Amino acid sequence: MASTPRTLYDKLVDANTVKRLEGGEQILLYIDRTVLNEYTSPQAFSGLREAGRKVWRPEANLCVVDHVNPTAPQRTTHIDDGEAAAQVAYFGRNAKDFGLEIFDTLDPRQGIEHVVMTELGLVLPGMVVAAGDSHTTTYGALGALGFGIGTSDIEHYLATQTLVYKRLKTMRVTVSGNLGAGMTAKDIVMALIAKIGADGAVGYAIEFAGSAISDLGVAGRMTICNMAVECGARGAIVAPDQKVYDYLKGTERAPKGALWDQALAYWQTLKSDEGAVFDQEVALDANAIQPQVTWGTSPDQAVEIGASVPDPTTETDPVRRAGMERALAYMGLQPGTRMEEIRIDHAFIGSCTNARIDDLRDAASIVRGRRVATGVRAIIVPGSTAVRRAAEAEGLDKVFLEAGFEWRQSGCSMCLAMNDDVLEPGERCASSTNRNFEGRQGTGARTHLMSPAMVAAAAISGHLADVRKFDRS
Amino acid sequence: MEPLITVKGAAAAMPVPHIDTDVIMPKQFLKGIDREGLGQKAFFDQRFDEQRRPRPEFILNQAPWADVRFLVVGPNFGCGSSREHAVWGLMQMGVRALIGTSFAGIFNDNCQRNGLLTVTLRPKEIAGLTEYAGDPKRNVLALDLAAQTITAEVAGAVYRFEIDKRRKDALMLGLDAIGETLQDAGSIRDFEKGRRAAYPWL
Ligand code: SF4
Repeated sequence: MASTPRTLYDKLVDANTVKRLEGGEQILLYIDRTVLNEYTSPQAFSGLREAGRKVWRPEANLCVVDHVNPTAPQRTTHIDDGEAAAQVAYFGRNAKDFGLEIFDTLDPRQGIEHVVMTELGLVLPGMVVAAGDSHTTTYGALGALGFGIGTSDIEHYLATQTLVYKRLKTMRVTVSGNLGAGMTAKDIVMALIAKIGADGAVGYAIEFAGSAISDLGVAGRMTICNMAVECGARGAIVAPDQKVYDYLKGTERAPKGALWDQALAYWQTLKSDEGAVFDQEVALDANAIQPQVTWGTSPDQAVEIGASVPDPTTETDPVRRAGMERALAYMGLQPGTRMEEIRIDHAFIGSCTNARIDDLRDAASIVRGRRVATGVRAIIVPGSTAVRRAAEAEGLDKVFLEAGFEWRQSGCSMCLAMNDDVLEPGERCASSTNRNFEGRQGTGARTHLMSPAMVAAAAISGHLADVRKFDRS
Repeated sequence: MEPLITVKGAAAAMPVPHIDTDVIMPKQFLKGIDREGLGQKAFFDQRFDEQRRPRPEFILNQAPWADVRFLVVGPNFGCGSSREHAVWGLMQMGVRALIGTSFAGIFNDNCQRNGLLTVTLRPKEIAGLTEYAGDPKRNVLALDLAAQTITAEVAGAVYRFEIDKRRKDALMLGLDAIGETLQDAGSIRDFEKGRRAAYPWL
């Protein structure tokens, strides 16, 4: 009898299932690898210390300092904030005591954890990776299952190499057609989130498919899988293809020689079977996607750049209406205001969503030969120290500096503002990041999410702007 | 983990969607290396103004809701960041159960690992509980985890909820999850050996 066709997600979960657990729907899931950061891991290591437990498989871990380190243009390890400094120190001690590899602030391989893991080739198709950060979904772009976990589960993983896991439902998002000029992966994923809502994929793993996804490079797919968590997905995968193999081929830690050939043969089998049934199907037409920008405090509160701030009185659901009213009050916006009229104080290009070399190139094509508008502070924080070096080798740093941008060192920076890159109350920022939550970039600060090129266009204009109105060079 | 069996106490309602973990525990309080001192920090930016004075309009600053055991919340509560500090803060504030129509995935797991119960009910039921929680005369709820019920005592309404048996046992017994899993260390080791033999590049 032929076996039932399976989705790629189900294949990855099946392959890593150690056993079914009794008395419920949960399984023990084997985790191939993780990355740890300084702020979600300390209590996990303390838990191991208190219980006298060891790390199950030290070589399956990488520690990267990224959330609290300064990103001043001149690299420094000095952190004014004593608590943040203590986190970095404890992180170093934990790596040493438990025998884990660590990239500290001065390491030439330092960067935002998800950028580092992928550019080094530490994430491979078919792997299951769980990490103490919600944007671990990024790894789906390489055909791996990646998902975020909390600190208690980090401790559980470190001690056992497994997690107690409940299988998700599956959703296929098919993006057909072709993206228009100037549109990016960010616009696709923001359009998806606006369509299905910030809870549209809660309880689901998404597989992205369709011509507009195959057309994207690996970096664009990472942007999409990264931000899939903003509609609640706890896993987002794209079946690996030649672009993924080419991307991995050049990386430091990918298998080499005969092992590469063996791995490649396996990777080529990683796709959903013909006829596999998904619990939900969503279709998007790439041709219809316009540049997206958020107006509210939830990533699904987004509209096309040509639209206006929506009016809560037209919303019939009372809970949603309350959310809209609260968001508008926080954002200091009036219904009916055209998005392009909204003035900004800051422009930020950074984060694990959109600070890879491709993103910087795209933004630079808007910035080249232009100046940041008076009164706007514009900053670039490359996704990793390696991305920063690559950009400098192409002269992109000069493009940004000449236009009046700050060219900074790598870290999470103003994506969550845990370091000293913090906005003041009421300040408004065009941002290439993933979350426009209240207080995300600083208490009382107002965030508008968009693609890096759209941030560049806003920085030059002094207000939100349509990237398609700019000639590129 | 402390066992969770029965709880009785006041409830407050937060009926807006997508209350994220940045709002529940703002990033300025994530810099500890322990779990301590977070009870006063939960909802900090909504609770206090820029001069650190309590905002009177915030529900938990109002007398009937100053010390609650239950929150009745809007959909997708706990979305966003994986920070478990959000759960630690809620528990240190005295909250033992959250009742809503849906919870974000990572947050839901974090609650489970710390003994904070998340109860999922239908929108109509949540609308009812939101009304009771908003009325100081009717906002006392009682949880009976063994019976899988929440009772709004004055209103005389009983809500039955579903929970996975394994989750329920873990909460009621306050089990050490790592200790439980390590009883399977042999199976994990065997699995690992097989996986590395089949996929030697891993
Ligand atoms: S860049 Fe932002 S979203 Fe990405 S890991 Fe850092 S804080 Fe999280």
